[in-house]
Amino acid sequence: MASGMQEKQFTPCLLSFFIYNPTFGPREGEEEKKILFYHPNDVEKNEKIRNVGLCEAIVQFTRTFCPTKPAKSLHTQKNRQFFFEPEENFWIVMVVRNPMIEKLNKDGKPPTVEYQEEEILDTVYGAVVRQCYSMYKLFNGTFTRAMEAGGVEMLIQKLEKFFYRYLQTLHLQSCDLLDVFGGISFFPLDKMTYLKIQSFVNRVEESLSLIKYTAFLYNDQLIWSGLEQDDMRILYKYLTTSLFPRHSEPELAGRDSPLRPEVAGNLLHYGRFLTGPTNLKDPEAKFRFPKIFVSTQDGYEELHLIVYKAMSAAACFMISASVELTREFCEKLDGLVGPQLTLLASDICEQFTINRRISGPEKEPQFKFIYFNHMNLAEKSTIHMRKTASVCLTSVHPDLMKILGDINCDFARVDEDEEIIVKAMTDYWVVGKKSDQRELYVILNQKNANLIEVNEAVKKLCATQFNNIFFLD
Amino acid sequence: MSDEFYLELSENPVQFENASSVNNVFFDEANKQVFAVRSGGATGVVVKGPDDKSSVAFRMDDKGEVKCIKFSIGNKILAVQRTAKSVDFINFIPDCPHTEFTQECKTKNANVLGFCWTNWNEIVFVTDQGIEFYQVYPDKRSLKLLKSQSINVNWYQYCPETAVILLSTTVQGNVLQPFVFKNGTMSKMSKFEIELPVVPKPAKLNLSERDIAMATIYGQLYVMYLKHHSRTANSPSAEVVLYHLPREGACKKSHVLKLNTTGKFALNIVDNLVVVHHQSSRTSLIFDIKLKEPEGAVNTHQPVLPARSIHPYRIPLAGPAVVPTQPPVSCQLYSSSWSVFQPEIIISASEGKDTSSWYLQVKLPPTVNLLQDKGKLMDFLLRRRDCKMVILSVCSQMLEGGGENGNLPVVATVFDKLNQVYKEYLEAEQSNPAAMESGPSRGSAAQKRPIITQAVIDQSDMYTHVLSSFTEKKGVSHKFIIAVLMEYIRSLNQFQITVQHYLYELVIKTLVQHNLFYMLHQYLQYHVLSDSKPLACLLLSLESTYPPAHQLSLDMLKRLSTANDEIVEVLLSKQQVLEALRFIRSVGNHDNVSARKFLDAAQQTGDQMLFYTVFRSFQQRNQRMRGSPAFNPGEHCEEHVQHFVQLFGDQSLLKPSTV
Repeated sequence: MASGMQEKQFTPCLLSFFIYNPTFGPREGEEEKKILFYHPNDVEKNEKIRNVGLCEAIVQFTRTFCPTKPAKSLHTQKNRQFFFEPEENFWIVMVVRNPMIEKLNKDGKPPTVEYQEEEILDTVYGAVVRQCYSMYKLFNGTFTRAMEAGGVEMLIQKLEKFFYRYLQTLHLQSCDLLDVFGGISFFPLDKMTYLKIQSFVNRVEESLSLIKYTAFLYNDQLIWSGLEQDDMRILYKYLTTSLFPRHSEPELAGRDSPLRPEVAGNLLHYGRFLTGPTNLKDPEAKFRFPKIFVSTQDGYEELHLIVYKAMSAAACFMISASVELTREFCEKLDGLVGPQLTLLASDICEQFTINRRISGPEKEPQFKFIYFNHMNLAEKSTIHMRKTASVCLTSVHPDLMKILGDINCDFARVDEDEEIIVKAMTDYWVVGKKSDQRELYVILNQKNANLIEVNEAVKKLCATQFNNIFFLD
Repeated sequence: MSDEFYLELSENPVQFENASSVNNVFFDEANKQVFAVRSGGATGVVVKGPDDKSSVAFRMDDKGEVKCIKFSIGNKILAVQRTAKSVDFINFIPDCPHTEFTQECKTKNANVLGFCWTNWNEIVFVTDQGIEFYQVYPDKRSLKLLKSQSINVNWYQYCPETAVILLSTTVQGNVLQPFVFKNGTMSKMSKFEIELPVVPKPAKLNLSERDIAMATIYGQLYVMYLKHHSRTANSPSAEVVLYHLPREGACKKSHVLKLNTTGKFALNIVDNLVVVHHQSSRTSLIFDIKLKEPEGAVNTHQPVLPARSIHPYRIPLAGPAVVPTQPPVSCQLYSSSWSVFQPEIIISASEGKDTSSWYLQVKLPPTVNLLQDKGKLMDFLLRRRDCKMVILSVCSQMLEGGGENGNLPVVATVFDKLNQVYKEYLEAEQSNPAAMESGPSRGSAAQKRPIITQAVIDQSDMYTHVLSSFTEKKGVSHKFIIAVLMEYIRSLNQFQITVQHYLYELVIKTLVQHNLFYMLHQYLQYHVLSDSKPLACLLLSLESTYPPAHQLSLDMLKRLSTANDEIVEVLLSKQQVLEALRFIRSVGNHDNVSARKFLDAAQQTGDQMLFYTVFRSFQQRNQRMRGSPAFNPGEHCEEHVQHFVQLFGDQSLLKPSTV
């Protein structure tokens, strides 16, 4: 190619996101009624109707081939559309523009655009759409619930309120395999400290009997969940990608209050509410907490979500939404939980440092890997940097992440245990292993390594990192 | 109210005729014997011991009024003091001359205040001028002076348990000089001074014998001083001051028991508790000197429990003259006719009735409701005799309340108290296993062994008497049940005690019953339920209701590293033949496994390629091991070979490689 030619890379981005129900406007001229939410909102009405109509048609059309599994995505040169029907007749559609390369031409000619149609994965963005719904459901309950409570108007209102903000937090360019897993990172902990946490949770639940469920996290990693797995999965997502990052930034900036000297007596502690009142002493303080919906054996229940944090330890207390939370309750909780949680946080920190020192450097990750267990949703990644509010950084090239995603798709196709070894360009080897319900992806950068050496390296990794689980070589 | 009496008198008192002009009554603390001497012994002497069998009756000549009468240890020799100068002896050993013999005290002009037997044939005379230590030769009817010590004596006390005599000396009587006797030797211990509340002027005897008692508490000898309140000194109420008298070294004031009242008191020691009887209020107090962490040289104690009377007592009217229908007469407690002896004897002479002698006993069940602080209650109970069932019932009762406010921290405290003692026991057992098996035994060897004085509530006690029934109780929230079980496991772990499998089983059972599989999963994930084969098998059995249990179980078996056979069985049972083969290879056990088992499983899957692969793998193994791909007859693989030929033909069999 000629020198002087400039290239500009564009990552995938959100083109539009809409929710509709075809049964709401079945007659001609009423099509607009089908649309419950449309982003971006400034699109002309007829175009909205046209786009919804197209999706409806595609789904209808593909249904004739497989009534139970209609189309999930539509690949086009410029973009990709994802369809998801979370509740009967309610459709969520997300349109993502394919990544592209813009080549500037000399002589003032318009730039040439090259779309990279094959660079994005259905599994990743399909999972993103499902996550959008789960997140909505966590804070609002099902679509049907809103309909029952206040008709279409209510639903539209809720969707507008939720997705307007939520879509801004979607970072489609950094979505990858971890979004497919939607896993939970567990904090490694010795038995005794774990039992102390159990004891703490049980005592708090006993003295504040309003509390129905408790979850306990340290360093943004889960230690205990009283909620069921699926609810915890989405709550964890919310906490670690939205709530905690929002609060950790002021902490990092050094604006976090030190010990609170205003606390009476000598019960100094670092505890504070991340949801609800920021300052208990404020006479104007409002004792309102976000409400969440979790599943029960016969439906769902609505709960107040109290997130209380002391140093790196965070406890989520969930209380039936039918109870009104008062200043007295919050003060009692603060007085009871604050000192204990502060103590526990320093215990955990101490124990963690001891364990790290004992296990020594050989346990330190020398490999870049992602591990996921479908059974308990445990995930572990040495590829991803600490998540911040804005972006999730990976330390490897997107091309490699794409290979991981491809291997994952292969694994999803069959039930049996498998192992896939890929030689990527640029000297990298990518290994994917699946044993029972567990998946492991390793990225190796060994110059001139052969297959046998790569295999040995992965074996070594398994022996050091996963020696306490049944993970077949 | 009636179940609040925590002190009681023993059921069968020793009864004897009241003292009168013709009947003298003596009590010997050493042998706990009551002597009723009628007419100076001429019309009979009746000796009643602590139990009915040890009664002795005999006659002796009336040689004047008896001042003191005591048997030597084992009822071998009787000593009788009739005059101020001498003591008479009568042999009670068969084959020894029975005629009396006499020993006068050696010190001139001294008066014998009394005497104490320190052995079956060793006796100490205490005179107002000192002590004389004799050996008695019953066959020769004579005594030999072993040692003597001259010292002015006001009065004396004797502690038979430790063979220590305490002498009151000096004009005020408050300097006490103890002597200890052992196998014919007499040693002087360091003397000490009792601080008197008021020093009288001019000096006169000011420390009464009645206000001093000796007793062993938790294996240590103490001198107890009943310090009355005095208006002049700064002591608004009476207190008991305990001086610790060690074998060696100086005696130290170590405990002060606050009585918070004034009046007449008497002391007993029961089960290492100091019992203080208060006559005017007719109540008693108990003190446990170990209930408080030591905080300095002198520790001040408050009563463990609120003051209560001894349990009302009715004397069953004895004797054949009594009509059976006549109700027993209630006994006046704390009467002025009561005499209290160490460590736990109370003698009451009441008019018109026989004199009775009881042991004082502590009843533990009533203490449970009187001592609200459960942690303190455990400390208290654990140091008592026969406390095990009481403690277990306290635990059951405590859990019955369910998840009331603030109950769990109490439960945790109680568990920690129990397990602390349990841990100490386990450690002692480990360092000296023999001591535990034989229990407290006689002989010199037993003395070197650690003596387990405290009760131990181990896991099986807790499981059998408390936890298993508690988890089945209806109406208790499962949240509380699980919290309690986890608390117990936490406490055991905290004391590094290995948790028994049945506790884990109880946890799992409870979780499964309430469909709390995700909780179970998390516990296992953090290894709260320790790995074991039985636990892994239990998990396997849960697979049908909770599929992830399969993975949890396999992981556990893997970690055990002794369960490779089980892992193969599990995999084969799930028709994961290839996985089983890969696993057995990875642990290097491919050469030893039974080919038949794998071939059976492969054949059962109906997957021909799988069968081919497995068959081939074993043929290759045979080749490697024995130089031939054929199976040994002992492996019983004939039908599989046949099956293979049927499917793939003769020519597919691996041929023996030719050299």
